[in-house]
Amino acid sequence: MFTGICKELRRIFVAVGMTAAVPLSAWAEGVQPGTNMFEPASKPAGEIFGLALLVLSICAGIFIVVGGMLLYAIIRYRRKPGDTSEPPQVFGSLQIEMAWTVVPILIVVVLFLASARLIFAIQDAPQPKKSISITLVGHQFWWEVRYPKYGIVTANEIHVPVDKATYFKLLSADVVHSFWVPELAGKTDCIPNHVNTTWILPRKTGLYLGQCSQFCGAGHARMLLRVYVDTPAQFKAWIKNQQKPAVEDPAVAAGREVFMDNACMDCHEIRGTPANGRFGPDLTHLASRDTLGSGTVLNTPANLREWIKDPDHFKPGVLMPAMQLNNKQLDEVTAYLCSLR
Amino acid sequence: MADQTLPIGGVVDVTELKAPKQTFLEWLAEWFITVDHKKLGILYVVYAMVFLLIGGLEALVIRLQLAIPNNHLVSPQIYDELFTMHGTTMVFIMGMPILVGLANYIVPLQIGARDMAFPRLNAFSFWMTAFGGLLMYYSYIGGFGLYGVGTAPDFGWFAYAPLTSPAFSPGRAPDYWAVALIVMGWGSLGAGVNIITTTLTMRCKGMTLMRMPLFTWLMLVVSFLMVIAIPCLTAAQGMLMIDRYIGGHFFDTQAGGSAILWMHFFWIFGHPEVYILALPAFGLASEIIPVFSRKAIFGYPAMVAASVGIGFLSFGVWAHHMFTVGMSGPTNTFFVIASMLVGIPTGIKIFNWLATIWGGKIWFATPMLFSIAFIFQFLVGGLTGVMLAAAPWDWQLHNSYFVVAHFHYILVGAIVFMVFAAIYYWFPKVTGKMLDERLGKLHFWLFLIGFHLTFDFMHIPGILGMPRHIYTYMPSRGWGMWNMIETVGAFVQAIAVLVLVFNIIVSLRSGKEAGNDPWDAWTLEWATTSPPPAYNFAVDPVVKSRRPLWDLKHPEDPDWKYE
Repeated sequence: MFTGICKELRRIFVAVGMTAAVPLSAWAEGVQPGTNMFEPASKPAGEIFGLALLVLSICAGIFIVVGGMLLYAIIRYRRKPGDTSEPPQVFGSLQIEMAWTVVPILIVVVLFLASARLIFAIQDAPQPKKSISITLVGHQFWWEVRYPKYGIVTANEIHVPVDKATYFKLLSADVVHSFWVPELAGKTDCIPNHVNTTWILPRKTGLYLGQCSQFCGAGHARMLLRVYVDTPAQFKAWIKNQQKPAVEDPAVAAGREVFMDNACMDCHEIRGTPANGRFGPDLTHLASRDTLGSGTVLNTPANLREWIKDPDHFKPGVLMPAMQLNNKQLDEVTAYLCSLR
Repeated sequence: MADQTLPIGGVVDVTELKAPKQTFLEWLAEWFITVDHKKLGILYVVYAMVFLLIGGLEALVIRLQLAIPNNHLVSPQIYDELFTMHGTTMVFIMGMPILVGLANYIVPLQIGARDMAFPRLNAFSFWMTAFGGLLMYYSYIGGFGLYGVGTAPDFGWFAYAPLTSPAFSPGRAPDYWAVALIVMGWGSLGAGVNIITTTLTMRCKGMTLMRMPLFTWLMLVVSFLMVIAIPCLTAAQGMLMIDRYIGGHFFDTQAGGSAILWMHFFWIFGHPEVYILALPAFGLASEIIPVFSRKAIFGYPAMVAASVGIGFLSFGVWAHHMFTVGMSGPTNTFFVIASMLVGIPTGIKIFNWLATIWGGKIWFATPMLFSIAFIFQFLVGGLTGVMLAAAPWDWQLHNSYFVVAHFHYILVGAIVFMVFAAIYYWFPKVTGKMLDERLGKLHFWLFLIGFHLTFDFMHIPGILGMPRHIYTYMPSRGWGMWNMIETVGAFVQAIAVLVLVFNIIVSLRSGKEAGNDPWDAWTLEWATTSPPPAYNFAVDPVVKSRRPLWDLKHPEDPDWKYE
């Protein structure tokens, strides 16, 4: 309902955005869908949408009745000019008071039962045997994605198969974050020292955008999450590629050397090399990802080079420092990282 | 009959007040050392109005930053400081003081008392509140060199742990936040104790509890809420300081502390806090709507019962702010039903205001315009509240702009609207001058349009997945136009507030003389002169009903015959 209007407005809006001279308008544009909790593509989000419609229609009914009465009263009972007499004084009526206490109680009972049913249906849904398990760890300001069964570690971009349940174990490495992909599921927080779970059962393939929705520091606005709902074949191929160790291309050996000789290797892991840091995202298959900086910009060689040169440029507040590499080193390390398919 | 009309003081006091001419310093000193509840009330309100302007300015910068996607007007660091200070200011430094200030002025007058029960505690409370606010804002001043200040808090007004721990918040920002709130908390506690004692012990002859004006009743309930809820916050702040300075591990998750513990502590304070702000507004509405509908309040006992009911329920709903933290099914279910139950007494209130208007003769003066808008907006804010109480939908709506729209609907659409209504209503009593009605109506319509532009459209980006506390967003998300409209609305509201400030200045200099009772109202404060003398009433009033001035004006048909 809203998206139609929004799409139209978006068009007008982009023109406005262009006029505001913004040199850094380098968000990962182009491959980006919008988000809308009223266009669910997964089971829990769909059930929530059903409840939302129920609550919304009851509330709209109350609004029309009470608002209409109020509107009627303020039009009907205006004081006529020159009329200084007082209206009859009415102090109350027990019957009327009872009526408007009982009716809301009945409405509350209905809304409560509908909510309670769904709370248990979603929260206590047992994990089916043939489901995917993912451990999602919130970091300042990116997502660590682990598939324990497949031995895969990646970041910020989750691939799941369509029509199959995926269960998430949600953790945090530092402060409180919150997992939210409006089309797939409601929010569940990632809390340090505390394990949460949530699940999705996507029904349509495609890319679904999510975002950290608990304020977590300066980079909070650019802590995006992308969920790719693949066909089973696509998913299988993706898994197979991710399971391989990092590509060893002798043509980019110089860049590899820059990476290993600098502090890069202390924070990032590239499987099959000495780099085994855990602080930043795993880069074993960096080139297979669509975006950099947790969905901040598209993963192009130019953006990657700019990112390494000055991460703060794209994502103010990011914890990765600028490594002070010279131009030659930058070119080499960019070429190396681009080879990690 | 003569013995049944009340001997009301003030009006019979004809001795002219001839204060000796003061120097400026003497005048200033008088305001500093005063223990008069009326002067302290004015101090509270003026202090809060200044911070309303400051907090409003912060909101304008926030709105400018969000007006277009990919905006780089302010850095994320500054943006985080702005929304933290905006929230903290509007709740603690503007909201509570302005309502406590109104209560300070009005409650003793409404119950026919000559001052609060503890005048010096009253002064202490105000100066603690004022000091706390200044301490909070001192965190902005100076650079890193000046004793480490210059870093305003930047972790949101609910300051979730462990973002406030030394690892994630080096510097002094959380210390300013915690200490300033503890100091302001003492002020609020003092005010709470004072109002409870005043209303319970200082009522004039004949004023039983069930004859107390509703604003005073609501302030009694609110004072109990303050006295119970604020210590929870103070305790949490104390624990936070212990964590930060002497290595406690309450909330320090890196050492095994609990982030969720902080949430419970904060919201068991934070939710009653919402009612501490909202109930006085209900009280103001229950005073103003009857006077301008020319009818007694409908269902007074039900109104009192509903207020007390909301007060009790407010302590059992805090975890509806935490539906997404992974509580168990039964826990979530409990907080769903508790939160939805709040809708019943609030519904009763709305119906009673409606029934008061029904069959009346409505006088559309500025206070009434604000009050009618209040009922509409409170209705909408209440209904979005019901939506948020449905926990599964809250999993979607939580921390999105839908929530921001919801609570601004209550905080601005209900509370600020009623505060403005109260300013127009009681300004004549406080100053002896009327506020200009034409400027007042301009203020009302501008503020109404601005409010709806900003906060109606704010629901939509929330539905479209826009989380709160983000300093920028992508153009392709479809949030841009809505945010642009909201920003335009924010500036319309700002202009409206400037109209109010202008109106106050102009009316103070050359406003129409108000007389004692410009609104033909019924509670005791209108029986004394405007402004009231230091002792309020020359003779202690005696009342026989809820509307003593109605009895006086209509000796042929007094209220006490029916109550």
